[in-house]
Amino acid sequence: MSNLSIILKKEFIQISRDPAILRLIFLMPIIQLLILPFAADYEIKNINIAIVDQDHSDYSRELIGKFQHSNYFRLTGYETSYKNALKLIEADKADIIVEIPNNFEKTLVREDEATISLVANAVNGTKGNLGAFYAQRIVQEFNSKIRSEWIQFPRVNPIPLINVEYINRYNKRSDYQTFMVPGILAVLITMIGSFLTALNIVKEKEIGTIEQLNVSPIKKWEFILGKLIPFWVLGMIILTIGLVISYIVHGITPGSNLWILYVFTAFYLLAILGIGLLISNFSQTQQQAMMVSFFFTLIFILMSGLYTPVESMPFWAQKVAWMNPVTYLVDVMRMVLLKGAQFADVLGHLKIITLAGVALNVLAIWSYSKRN
Amino acid sequence: MKPSEQSIVTKNLTKKYGTFTAVDAISFDVRKGEIFGFLGANGAGKTTAMRMLTGLSKPSSGEATVAGFDVYRDAENIKKHIGYMSQKFSLYQDLKVKENIAFYGGIYGLRREALQAASDQLIHRLGLQGEVKTMVKDLPLGWKQKLAFSISIIHQPSIVFLDEPTGGVDPVTRRQFWNMIYEAADRGITIFVTTHYMDEAEYCNRVAIMVDGKIEALGQPSELKVRFETDTMDDVFYQLARKAKRGD
Amino acid sequence: MQQLIAFIKKEIYHIARDRKTLLVLIGMPIVQIALFGFALSNEVKNTKLYVIDQNKDEMSVRFIEEVQASQYFDVVGYGEDVGDVDRILRSGVSQISLVVPPSFSSDLRHVNQANLQLITDAINPNVAATINAYITAISRDFRNTEMGDLKLPYTINVETRMMYNPQLKGEFAFVPGVIAMILMIICVLMTSVSIVKEKELGNMEMLLVSPTSPAIVIISKAIPYFVLSLLIISIILLMSTTILQVPIRGNIFLLYGVSSIFIITSLTLGLLISTLTNSQEIAMLISLMGMLLPTIMFGGFMFPIESMPKALQIMSNIIPAKWFYYAINDIMIKGLGWSSVYREVLILLGFTLLYMGISLKKYEIRLS
Repeated sequence: MSNLSIILKKEFIQISRDPAILRLIFLMPIIQLLILPFAADYEIKNINIAIVDQDHSDYSRELIGKFQHSNYFRLTGYETSYKNALKLIEADKADIIVEIPNNFEKTLVREDEATISLVANAVNGTKGNLGAFYAQRIVQEFNSKIRSEWIQFPRVNPIPLINVEYINRYNKRSDYQTFMVPGILAVLITMIGSFLTALNIVKEKEIGTIEQLNVSPIKKWEFILGKLIPFWVLGMIILTIGLVISYIVHGITPGSNLWILYVFTAFYLLAILGIGLLISNFSQTQQQAMMVSFFFTLIFILMSGLYTPVESMPFWAQKVAWMNPVTYLVDVMRMVLLKGAQFADVLGHLKIITLAGVALNVLAIWSYSKRN
Repeated sequence: MKPSEQSIVTKNLTKKYGTFTAVDAISFDVRKGEIFGFLGANGAGKTTAMRMLTGLSKPSSGEATVAGFDVYRDAENIKKHIGYMSQKFSLYQDLKVKENIAFYGGIYGLRREALQAASDQLIHRLGLQGEVKTMVKDLPLGWKQKLAFSISIIHQPSIVFLDEPTGGVDPVTRRQFWNMIYEAADRGITIFVTTHYMDEAEYCNRVAIMVDGKIEALGQPSELKVRFETDTMDDVFYQLARKAKRGD
Repeated sequence: MQQLIAFIKKEIYHIARDRKTLLVLIGMPIVQIALFGFALSNEVKNTKLYVIDQNKDEMSVRFIEEVQASQYFDVVGYGEDVGDVDRILRSGVSQISLVVPPSFSSDLRHVNQANLQLITDAINPNVAATINAYITAISRDFRNTEMGDLKLPYTINVETRMMYNPQLKGEFAFVPGVIAMILMIICVLMTSVSIVKEKELGNMEMLLVSPTSPAIVIISKAIPYFVLSLLIISIILLMSTTILQVPIRGNIFLLYGVSSIFIITSLTLGLLISTLTNSQEIAMLISLMGMLLPTIMFGGFMFPIESMPKALQIMSNIIPAKWFYYAINDIMIKGLGWSSVYREVLILLGFTLLYMGISLKKYEIRLS
């Protein structure tokens, strides 16, 4: 047996005996992939709406009915004054107030024009914006209906019209979970790879066994490989578990080019393990290693395009985002799982991540000194 | 004396950290099969000296050879010929007795049959037959310590370095531990041991006492007691340590 | 009193000497606020657009220029063949393909109705919806400039007002979240790990056999973390008002008061975790998986609770950070007073008492 296989054997035995790690390996993907996609649902629905109807006309009642029947809104208040409705917003019981003024119906018919006021709680900007947008759409639909009742349209449109036909690819049901799942899986693999590697090596430092190994004839590269390979294998296992969960729970079918994902992840893990190794080299205690990993992981995740699109960042931040390995995995996961990308489509990413992996590991091995 | 009879030779071995001289030009020889005690107060430089000899730390200046290999050029070769047991307990708590033996035996290059034989012999000698499948964390401290020592010499090194091996162990176990050290020395293994316990100093063939990074006294315990006109090593040590300027 | 001061000093030394950890604690909120202020946004702009103009006359070129001129789109390429679209979208060269059919301008002139086709990479449904809405708006403007503004009969105007956050900044929801998260790390994670570490090292026994009461040991652990937390909250508030221009509309003393209560809630939670285990690793794992992740998930700042399934919404009630988030939001952003946050404060106090009760119970069991 070579030194490497001896170290590997020891690492695998230790991992298989550590209940914390085992729990982490099986529970993390399950919790994160089962609960997080439901929680991380930015799809705006169930918007609470309060209506102030001062008109009490047929039109106002009809419009309110439209809101009630929409999938987006939930009528949570029917108030007589704006002041009362505002209280509902303050208590977070309403997100949007729709105020139909006195004489709304009369004004509309006599003056060809009437105004409804709409107030949205925009503390959460996306929600306020989209909520208002949906509400406006309902009013517009209602408007067209009224118009068509009053005017008999000739055969050709009286007003010029540009129709836009939308074809949404890759996520036909416009399902937010479908969008989130591959990204979450990418983060999961990253966290397992960096956290566990860093903690594992620092633990040997804390216990003192690392010194025992340092006076032995084990070579630097043997020790480091012995540490990296088990976590590389763990990462691949997590990928597999994650894919199975995404298929069963979220119905994401990987398709025939799944091997691309495995190849890419295999190289990606090298880079991530290198980061874990680097962190462990600069930490003395597990607490430190964890704080430092947590710090970087959080920045990596925020900058990865998982929650906010990379394209929306200013130019400099996009540059930073494309220096972040997580960005690449998130992108490749989405490309392969959702868009059915071919190998040629991810080749560019693969080259960069491999280069990064080599650089990070060289740096890590160089900074891991057997002598100090 | 022929050089081949010497396990460790140092000459003006020095280690500096910035302006602080942790080990200040120490020179000594350790003969083959000798039990060599290395004494000193905390911070006297014992551990730093030992780290240089085991290849964990590069000397700033001076010369040293261990088992015939130079500490500058041949650190990796030294590692193949020494054993080491640190003051921090260094077996894996979450591995079984047998697994620890296999691991450490393995990294020192023992191949299957040799490892099996050495392992059986070790377990037999320690009387651990019933505990082969016990996790190391479940063993009493005394047994752990004896096991750690046995494992540190499983590959028949020519020298073994023991860094305060008996800290926190009861007197009976300490006695047994020293018996094991004698046995190892009888088999020709050179023992280099640092300790706080002055009664243990009496068990050594020769001792060196370090004060503030320098070796202040070197010789057989009986010799030193005569030179310092006292009956105990405790007193010898006390007389020297009093002069120390650096503390813990 | 003398004892208490001695103990607090010792704790301060511990915290101050671990520079790396301290740096992370202070650096984390700063970096996050900076990222949210300068780098991250949900705004959709610079979308990569691939154009297939099959019409190729003056009007279609004018329309494409109009699209290009908006800040929302960057034209990255032109093509002829609709069959290319799939490859272009898949490789990520563009996110959206706009197809202008051959009869676009003649249809618009002669039958008053023309069609455009948008093929969108819709893996992110919100982005896709926004992109589609932008193109629709641009096409409406284009029609108006080409055909002259037409006044329609029976028009219902909608006057929209965005309350509290007219510029629709994402930071508004984020600031209280960063505070809640960092407090979880300091008060729950750091506190529990530091107590468990003393247990591991055996220092706890030493302290407990000393003539000091256990209460003093615990309080002295808590006070430095309490102060550190207030300090970091102040840094976050200072940065968010100056850099992010998030206002503090309500009473600042009320804000600090509510924060102090949440700090105490978190500290008792850290204490509780430390009574549950003797190993640093387990304490870290419970704090991270058990508290930090739920706080990020259900704290209300990253993911809107209202969009979650009912079961998760009910679950979120047991996360103290959710109530803290509501209270801070009311005070900071909405500028409301005591009367609208007392419910949240009472709930947080309830959590505190609960945690304290369980800790004491556990502690008694250990002693007996």
